[in-house]
Amino acid sequence: MADSGNRKEEQGEKAVTEAAAASGGAEQRLMGLADSLYRQFQQGIVPHISLPSRTKGNIEFSIKDDVWVYGDQETTRSVKTVRGAKTLLKTVHLSELLIKEHLRNNRGSTLREIYYISENWDIAKFHEQAESDRLIEDLEIVTALHREDFHVRPEEDGAAVFGPLRLKEKTRRGEKEMHCQDDVGEAGYQIPFNVDNIEFLGHDAKMVMAIETGGMYARLIENGFDQDFNTILVHIKGQPARSTRRFIKRLNNELGLPVVVFTDGDPWSYRIFASIAYGAIKSAHLSEHLVTPAARFLGVQPSDIVDYNLSTDKLTDKDLQALRSELTDPRFATPYWDKQIRLQLDLKKKAEQQAFAGKGLDYVTKTYLPQRLSEMGII
Amino acid sequence: MEIAEEMARQQKAISVAEFFEKNRQILGFDSAPRALITCVKEAVDNSLDACEDAGILPDIFVQIKKSGECYQVIVEDNGPGIVQEEIPRVFAKLLYGSRFHTLRQSRGQQGIGISAAVLYSQLTTGKPTRVISKIAPHKPACYCELIINTAKNEPEIIKMEDVDWERPRGTRVELEMEGSYVRSRRQSVYGSLKSTAIVNPHARLTLVEPEGNVEIFERVTESLPKKAYAISPHPAGIELGELMKLLRYSDKKKLRIFLKETFSSIGAISAQELCSRAGLDPEQPPDSLDHEQAKRLHSAFKQIKVKSPPVDCLSPIGEELIKAGLEKEYRLDFIATTVRPVSVYSGNPFLVEIGFGYGGELEKESRVELLRFANRVPLVYQQGACALTHAVESVSWKNYSLSQPTGSGIPVGPAVLLIHIASTNIPFTSESKDAVADVPEILAEVDLGLKEVARKLRRYLSRQSVLSERREKEEIIRKILPKIARKLSDVLGKAEPDIGPVVAKIMGNLLVFRSAEKNDGHLLVGIRVENHSDLVRSFKLHEVLSVQAEEVSPQAKIIPLGDGYDYHWKLSLPPGQSISLSYRVAADGVSLKEPVVEGLDAEIVTGARVI
Repeated sequence: MADSGNRKEEQGEKAVTEAAAASGGAEQRLMGLADSLYRQFQQGIVPHISLPSRTKGNIEFSIKDDVWVYGDQETTRSVKTVRGAKTLLKTVHLSELLIKEHLRNNRGSTLREIYYISENWDIAKFHEQAESDRLIEDLEIVTALHREDFHVRPEEDGAAVFGPLRLKEKTRRGEKEMHCQDDVGEAGYQIPFNVDNIEFLGHDAKMVMAIETGGMYARLIENGFDQDFNTILVHIKGQPARSTRRFIKRLNNELGLPVVVFTDGDPWSYRIFASIAYGAIKSAHLSEHLVTPAARFLGVQPSDIVDYNLSTDKLTDKDLQALRSELTDPRFATPYWDKQIRLQLDLKKKAEQQAFAGKGLDYVTKTYLPQRLSEMGII
Repeated sequence: MEIAEEMARQQKAISVAEFFEKNRQILGFDSAPRALITCVKEAVDNSLDACEDAGILPDIFVQIKKSGECYQVIVEDNGPGIVQEEIPRVFAKLLYGSRFHTLRQSRGQQGIGISAAVLYSQLTTGKPTRVISKIAPHKPACYCELIINTAKNEPEIIKMEDVDWERPRGTRVELEMEGSYVRSRRQSVYGSLKSTAIVNPHARLTLVEPEGNVEIFERVTESLPKKAYAISPHPAGIELGELMKLLRYSDKKKLRIFLKETFSSIGAISAQELCSRAGLDPEQPPDSLDHEQAKRLHSAFKQIKVKSPPVDCLSPIGEELIKAGLEKEYRLDFIATTVRPVSVYSGNPFLVEIGFGYGGELEKESRVELLRFANRVPLVYQQGACALTHAVESVSWKNYSLSQPTGSGIPVGPAVLLIHIASTNIPFTSESKDAVADVPEILAEVDLGLKEVARKLRRYLSRQSVLSERREKEEIIRKILPKIARKLSDVLGKAEPDIGPVVAKIMGNLLVFRSAEKNDGHLLVGIRVENHSDLVRSFKLHEVLSVQAEEVSPQAKIIPLGDGYDYHWKLSLPPGQSISLSYRVAADGVSLKEPVVEGLDAEIVTGARVI
């Protein structure tokens, strides 16, 4: 018993030194940010930080990496307005927390915890978690680092993987090796927040399928789709977390597996696909790290509603608005999406993944998916 | 018998009373809540008119009581009272009144209102209307019960007797009618009395609601509105038909006398000029003019210039009392008012007054509250059909800092808009007196008035935004910047940076920034002066030293003081410009005092003392 305890400690120490090396860079960059503000005061320049503006109008396609990144438009946070001044004060407070509590002590907090920590910051307190989340993204952009480098982690989101994949995960309690069909429960292997602690060992897969809803993920597992079609199923749980997107990207990059995305047939689901394949507007600074440009949209396509005669719901006003906004979104400016979105605006209908159940529980695995996949030339 | 003769037998005259019996919506009795409001409004209007004519400060008591399925309306005033013989006709004969034939501003015009209420009461409950009136303290009061004979449009007296009444004088009327009592919106008895109180600040109104709740609208002024005098019609805008009627029925023997006596603003000279322009004999009798001649006379009216109609036929509320009235019923941050000069439409003088209240506790996101008044009577219904509303809708409010979501229509914002039109004859769209007709002259006057108050509002708001910008900057400088500086020094482990230069930039101030460097037993001093404002700044900069300085650049004037020297520079810096000054002193024992600026206000200077 004592022996294993020692081993754990050793591994723990090793992890600490590695982390310290990485955090040295992070600390330096945060100090650099504070120093530049300090010098602005000294030189009589109104203190400010410039950031790329994070709007639909300011993302452009990077031919180098096949992903969407921020363009040249910048916004400036300056102390000329009360809002700007408060944001800068919060930025300095946050930097102090990350430097003194996180990096120097090798500790970490979740996004939610950071929001609560700010309770004691007087007028620099965050009003809602979205505000602190956004500020951390700003710091990522300014320092060209990832939040993991600041030891900031998201809340557990429970995205999971099931399929013929063997991997090794470095945890705080040592390395764990497992097979994502044989060594896991019915829910699959849960993706950790820092995906770069995973090493892929081997696989028998022919493709990766990202699935929006838990219901469809469970259906495919129950029907044995992962075995029959040698597929790694990834449950993305709605809008996918960064770790999920990073995981998919690594499967595609390192194992050379094609990736297909299977979601509901509505405008919100197309955005889920876009964030996997093109990048999200909010985190375009991380596109190169998170985006899988080779990912392809499987369905449910608006044309499937007609071709498979699916049962549908009416589009709400919000849905229609979202669809129209996608027509002007540069990420969707392809003939394929233009055709599909216009067709859906015409139909005024949307369909869920579960709509296939109306034709029998096996219909999706026996008929729809094989047809679509061979159409796409994947099987 | 021929068909035409057969049909002729069925033709017969319709009494006005019968006509209104079948068309009650024309008089404003078309719905149950509205019947009560109209009834109260008509009775209160009569009381206010009577009090004003008699020079009495009105004190009007209104009570609504539930009486079985119906409501009882009681309105009592301290007015002059009505003589016994007149009571039946005033209350129980339609189109009977004292005001129809005079050109003078009053609330009532046609003599329909209260008798219509009596008619409605009798139609819905079958009960007579009860009236008590007393004309002098030493005389007994007269009590009567009345109904209208609708076939003849004549009053029928059920009962009439002398009674004791505790008031020295006044009138009380009690009617019972079908109706329904609503509260908490503008279209209610309460809302209508509240509006009445705003434009009649000399009146005290008391309302007792069915549940016994008492509301008192207190008077805010003891002075009665200026008395309105009757005038003759004004020639501007009179219609041909009206002119021909006046010509035919005139008792004057000569045309020039007719012109001079019948119209206001026409004297002997204008009368002569009119006749010669129209090619008419001034001495011919007015009723001898044929259609062609009348037409020539009518067009002559349009050619000559006559002076505006006399103003004393109108009784405006006045800017001061509009303000007092609005302040009484709303909490506001700002009130703008205007009274337009008297203008004329179709021979009728009119004037427009506007009050515009902003801010306070008014709803920010909803449409501006519009209070319409005609001759001090609130207009409650048919807002959309009214000229006053149309004038508001056609102003482009975005130019005046209010939002107008569709580009036209009632603006949105925390504001209340009071529009009062006073005239000897208000052109209503119908007898229920809900909406003013779209007369171009009226629309134009309201438009001008609205733009005038709107400009005042815009000035107020821009002053406010300058102030709030100033406050915002104060907050940045006093609360946030020092905290950022302190935090930065915490993080970096360095001394707190001087925030002075940044403060000067944000405030648009003059910055005086001194640095000193020790070198070889000397102190090299540099002073940088930057003008961050958008105006030229001229001032003197003083540096008081205990010893003499060397290498002063540029040259400074030196005034020896008892214990040292005052070096000063006369400077003038254009916007955005800066200048560097420097000198050298022996380092031992020198202590630098804060630089001094002379000739500017302290709040526009950072980094120096100001004298």
